[in-house]
Amino acid sequence: MRFIDEYRDPELTAQMINLIKQSSVKSINLMEVCGGHTMVIHKFGIIDLLPKNIRLVSGPGCPVCVTDKRYIDQSIAYSRLPNVMITTYGDLIRVPGSTSSLEKEKAKGADIRIVYSSTDALDLAKTNPQKNVIFLGIGFETTSPSSAYIVRQAYQNKIQNFFLYSAHKVMPPALKLLAEGEVKINGLICPGHVSTITGSEIYEPLVADNAIACVVCGFEPLDILQSIFMLVRQIEKDEAKVEIQYTRAVKPEGNAIAQNLLHEVFEERDDWWRGFGVIPRSGQKIRQKYGRFDAEEYFDVEVEETKIDYGCICGEILKGLKIPNECSLFRKNCHPANPIGACMVSSEGACHAFYKYGKLNQ
Amino acid sequence: MIYSENDRVFLGHGSGGILTGELISNLFFYYFKNDILEEMTDAARLKIKSHFLSFTTDSFVVDPLFFPGGDIGKLAVCGTVNDLAVSGAKPLYLSCGFIIEEGFSLYKLEKIVQSMSEEAERAQVQIVTGDTKVVAKGQCDKLFINTSGIGSLIYRNKGIGKAENICNGDKIIINGSIGDHGISILSARNELNIKTNLMSDCASLNGLIENVLEKSEGIKFMRDATRGGLATVLCELAEQKNIGIELNETDIPVKEEVRGVCELLGFDPLYIANEGKVVIIVKNENAKEVLEIMKKHPLGKESRIIGELKDINPGLVWLNTQIGGKRLVDKLSGEQLPRIC
Repeated sequence: MRFIDEYRDPELTAQMINLIKQSSVKSINLMEVCGGHTMVIHKFGIIDLLPKNIRLVSGPGCPVCVTDKRYIDQSIAYSRLPNVMITTYGDLIRVPGSTSSLEKEKAKGADIRIVYSSTDALDLAKTNPQKNVIFLGIGFETTSPSSAYIVRQAYQNKIQNFFLYSAHKVMPPALKLLAEGEVKINGLICPGHVSTITGSEIYEPLVADNAIACVVCGFEPLDILQSIFMLVRQIEKDEAKVEIQYTRAVKPEGNAIAQNLLHEVFEERDDWWRGFGVIPRSGQKIRQKYGRFDAEEYFDVEVEETKIDYGCICGEILKGLKIPNECSLFRKNCHPANPIGACMVSSEGACHAFYKYGKLNQ
Repeated sequence: MIYSENDRVFLGHGSGGILTGELISNLFFYYFKNDILEEMTDAARLKIKSHFLSFTTDSFVVDPLFFPGGDIGKLAVCGTVNDLAVSGAKPLYLSCGFIIEEGFSLYKLEKIVQSMSEEAERAQVQIVTGDTKVVAKGQCDKLFINTSGIGSLIYRNKGIGKAENICNGDKIIINGSIGDHGISILSARNELNIKTNLMSDCASLNGLIENVLEKSEGIKFMRDATRGGLATVLCELAEQKNIGIELNETDIPVKEEVRGVCELLGFDPLYIANEGKVVIIVKNENAKEVLEIMKKHPLGKESRIIGELKDINPGLVWLNTQIGGKRLVDKLSGEQLPRIC
């Protein structure tokens, strides 16, 4: 298939792996920030092809995984209100809250619909005027522009029954925290799709303040291998700079239209991240001008007290401190059919990727 | 009681994956326990006096009712015929039960019944008994069909239902591209605005299977890869027989359209439903001969050897990836596409 097979070519792959092996001497930790990268790395068996001195660590870039439990609990509380329809991307419905999940509420009769695009949520509001339709907006700069877009559409078209419940987050504050954290990260495989919006300039502070090599990476196996090679080249020369491997999609300055839209609809706020706690100025709240569409402002619900999962180490996994195999629940109590933490639910979660694509003994 | 009042059925319980497996072993096997059921074959193998019979049942809830390459009626015949055929039986008689929503178009019902009759003729089976129930509007979605089938177990000595003699080195063959049915249904639903020229592979496989069983030796196992896809069939086999299964990604036929839609939506073709694909495990030395026989049949032209059985990694299925890596192929968890058949 064109534009796919070129990036999965076995010969080019072998050449790239050779290049990495020839140029890599130091023992290094590279963090793939994005859940999409985690998935590709495991799906194609990339880890086993790399030399042993390169360790890949999964980061906090899976939207479902970093969404805090209290957000799930509050979404469940919304779903129990009369005349409310919850619209959401698929993975979120299976994430366990403190005592229930959206999937369980759906089985009990709550009106919860899976959508593939935020505009589908707005269409559902238009075709169901008797319902209050709440869209669960999660994710980073990749998904937040489409949420901002439908909020503005609802405003312009005076749609009275549409609401956004925002857990949207921005990436730089979390990266800063990780760069100063316990795990020594030598290089970042930077999220390609976030960067199409933000541009690559958001990584400059990590280079300047923390001397971390950064390469913005695409989502095919050869993209990842080439990015690893570019990172190795920087690290071996004791350099740290921002480079773009994913040039077919990312510009240094990013997408100005999307950035302006985000700025128009959202403002920064301190936000909860699963495993990290509150990270200052990392969340996106709907601005007052569009406050009419903010589910948090419009609906008054009682939310149950958040229960902590004892034993679940999703937080440490998201910070790169541990890998899923080190969790005592992994594969035993926690598996995709019965996930304890969000990292096992999302197809982009590290635990899910480790479970699904696993580790063969031989 | 096994379940408490708060336990609920999720869509995933009907996916054919882990949750379905749990429901079957925890609930149905627990209460229905008997030796025939516990053989866990696609069709029950019965001995009544000196007669060996195969008996199976399947319900169809596909949405939409009409799709490129078939409809719910054709599917209801093919599905049951195939379950009988892969157990080594010659399918003979089917029953059919209709659950119809009040207000459903009689014209559409006629089209569906006509299609069942045509497929039954193609598969050389007779529909000999049936039942009709109508429920009030909104109490079921348009039309559901159940078919049961009986066949004569004429190939019972080949042991193909239970995979008794499979071993290291045996080859895995499939009769063509995977995922056509699932992706056709998905695009026919028009929910995602995806247009393809794909047709469902929905077909009665008993002709192809009889050819293979008549003309060749060394067939050790057969199963139609339906809901849950190729991966689910092989994962179940690896687990039941505690054997390793190695697949080669580049050998598995997948149509461009199927790959494209899967890439777009994050699906894996290995788990997408088929309705006209049979997975055959054959002794290494007979593999080429079987492949040639299959290729001569219209439903087997694209047959390929896609992998082999190994005595390493017992219980696991793995894939040699296109780029030269290796990864586990796990059982499906949760629901990928509801109401696919």
